[in-house]
Amino acid sequence: MDLSAINPVLFIAGFLVAATPLIFAAIGELVVERTGVLNLGVEGMMIAGAICGFAVAVETGSPLAGFAAAAVGGAVISLLFAFLTQVMLANQVASGLALTLFGLGLSALLGQSYVGIKPPRLGDVDFGRLADIPVIGPVLLSHDLMLYAALALVITVWVVLKFTRLGLILRAVGENHDAAHALGYKVVRIRTAAIMFGGACAGLGGAYISLIRVPQWTEGMTAGVGWIALALVVFASWKPLRLLIGAYLFGGLVQLQLNLQAVGVAIPVEYLAMSPYVITIVVLVILSADKTAAPGSLGRNFHASS
Amino acid sequence: MTQLMSLDGLTKAYPGVVANDDVSLSIASGEVHALLGENGAGKSTLVKMIYGLVKPDKGRMRMNGADYAPAEPRAARAAGVGMVFQHFSLFDALSVAENIALGMENAPRMRALSARIRAVSETYGLPLSPDRIVGDLSAGERQRVEIIRCLLQEPKLLIMDEPTSVLTPQEVDILFQTLRKLSAEGTAILYISHKLEEIRALCDAATILRGGKVVATCVPSETTARDMAEMMVGSVLKVPTRAGKVPGETVLKLEGLSAPAPNAFGMPLRDIGFDLRSGEVLGIGGVAGNGQDELLAALSGEMTVKPGMIRFQGTDIGALRPTARRALGLLAAPEERLGHAAVPDMTLTENAMLTGAARERLEHHGFLDWDAAKRFANNIIERFDVRTPGPSATARSLSGGNLQKFVIGREVMQRPEVLVVNQPTWGVDASAAAAIRQALLDLAEKGAAVIVISQDLDELMEISDRFAALNEGRLSATMPALGLDVAEIGQMMGGTHGMEVAHV
Repeated sequence: MDLSAINPVLFIAGFLVAATPLIFAAIGELVVERTGVLNLGVEGMMIAGAICGFAVAVETGSPLAGFAAAAVGGAVISLLFAFLTQVMLANQVASGLALTLFGLGLSALLGQSYVGIKPPRLGDVDFGRLADIPVIGPVLLSHDLMLYAALALVITVWVVLKFTRLGLILRAVGENHDAAHALGYKVVRIRTAAIMFGGACAGLGGAYISLIRVPQWTEGMTAGVGWIALALVVFASWKPLRLLIGAYLFGGLVQLQLNLQAVGVAIPVEYLAMSPYVITIVVLVILSADKTAAPGSLGRNFHASS
Repeated sequence: MTQLMSLDGLTKAYPGVVANDDVSLSIASGEVHALLGENGAGKSTLVKMIYGLVKPDKGRMRMNGADYAPAEPRAARAAGVGMVFQHFSLFDALSVAENIALGMENAPRMRALSARIRAVSETYGLPLSPDRIVGDLSAGERQRVEIIRCLLQEPKLLIMDEPTSVLTPQEVDILFQTLRKLSAEGTAILYISHKLEEIRALCDAATILRGGKVVATCVPSETTARDMAEMMVGSVLKVPTRAGKVPGETVLKLEGLSAPAPNAFGMPLRDIGFDLRSGEVLGIGGVAGNGQDELLAALSGEMTVKPGMIRFQGTDIGALRPTARRALGLLAAPEERLGHAAVPDMTLTENAMLTGAARERLEHHGFLDWDAAKRFANNIIERFDVRTPGPSATARSLSGGNLQKFVIGREVMQRPEVLVVNQPTWGVDASAAAAIRQALLDLAEKGAAVIVISQDLDELMEISDRFAALNEGRLSATMPALGLDVAEIGQMMGGTHGMEVAHV
């Protein structure tokens, strides 16, 4: 085994890429949960976005059109969940699980004719001369547009939740939907919008896997990232910046275990493959000390009965 | 005084019930107008229509001579109507300033808003720090948040739904001074309360609702509380009666009872001690959140305590769980009837089984005797006049007052040696409350000891032999209830919690 075979620059650049799908999915779910809705269908929305994005990118030849389609696809499939939970008042846990199963099945059906095709590649953002700076250039400034978009999205969500009236209303709805209703806020409408935002984000995350990280289409290729996103939201105590750290930790571990596999560490591949999931969760459990941070109305259905 | 708001023939029907039937009333600027009625009389529906939460089916509202039909609370607030809710419409995890911003149109930036909150709270003697998290505030402070939220919008009409139920007597005084000051400035106040003496002290006019209809109007200062109560109920009110009696042996002894807070929003119990004798009613007052729930949990066995702190008939029961304590004869009925005292989606028979299994022999070697449970439930329904289709109705389907009669009746019927109840008549109308109090007195009459934890001081004075108050998890010394005056009680309850009189 020769650990010096791992190039630190490539390693860091690689883990930024590995973390990006998770960032997209988790930041969307964070907003959804902040409005008091628990959508366990992240995995299903991701895989739906992955195939929508892949198919449209292949057909049009434009990766950005693919990402746009992935966002729309994720949002549309999340509407199913919104209808069940916000209109029909179905149980959120069961509806979310159903959404995941539905998304996995639907994507397998849609993706049958796309197996084995290579999608068009999304080029890196051109930073001009800046990209020539040693270390910083290849690590931070040689990525595709969507990676930076994910980062910008997290910061935007953080700013909106913390500093704007829109964010305050979102938090209020998640904290106590009866009180928000009494003050005249449209709880169901706000939650439906948040669910669609979450769906769009999950769709982008899925498409990032199928268009950039892998890039090809295989059934079930999101491989549990949606579930990690759900855990990440909880253990990040519903805070965007902490979520970012958790996502990079996960991304780093994924990249590390891939590198370790490559250099032939004498640990069975199965253990290496599961390690990022296990370690991320253990670390986050230890870090999430303030367990009272959960939105007060999380997972409870709202009905304006009075 | 000029006419501010007039309601004409408002009608609102829900499936199966007409909540408001042709209700008319009018309020002048600067008038304090009381809205009286039992639970379910339609008071809440009426104010919700004024506040734009509910649309009337028929009838019209006019404000300052112009038609007024708010489509949503936002429109009502824009027109100058503010409302302080009975169940606080606050967000625990948010700060005071954030809570206030949520209730405002065009809220200013946070820093400017904080300054205005400070200014208004100074002016009206309602001290409040804008940066505190609402979850950490006392009930009185939470109410100040709601009031200031309304005042910042400079309302012309302020609706207050049962504002005093959570306050100490001193806090009530200060609230009244604030309200009088507002009224002197020309703000009309629509005041909903069960507490008739308060209404007599504060209000200029009263409209009394029964069954959704206006049944009477009166000038409260010229009407006795008893007359108003009878107008509300529509019949002559029975006042609980008690015979003089001599207390017996000590059955329950608490010594140095201390326990940590069970959760982040709970209150630790600190060195509580008292003796309870058979045939005696001990009333425990205090503002909500000062350890009432924790004390009940420690007595019922939901929370076990260290040895030597609780003795029942001489035996140490600190480590016993609720079922074991029930078997001995120490029974309890908690405050929250849906979800704590009763399982909402279970039938009355099942709910009767849940606490009655041991003492009523509803269980034999692990098998449940449903016939006996049903008879037991039927007995409770009959004896306590619980209005329900029958024992197979779910607990949720009963109105608050009827369910309360059921959960109290269920314990009383099990012939307890000691019965602990928390808020036995919370949200219950006058006649049902009187029936519950009478049942508790009858129980004591037969030799049981009763502990009544309540925030309703009138109730405690009516039924207790001795009185004590909880404040910050500590229990005051117990005093004979007869002859206690309001000022003494207020001091026992911990004074004013930093409130002061309006000083402008």
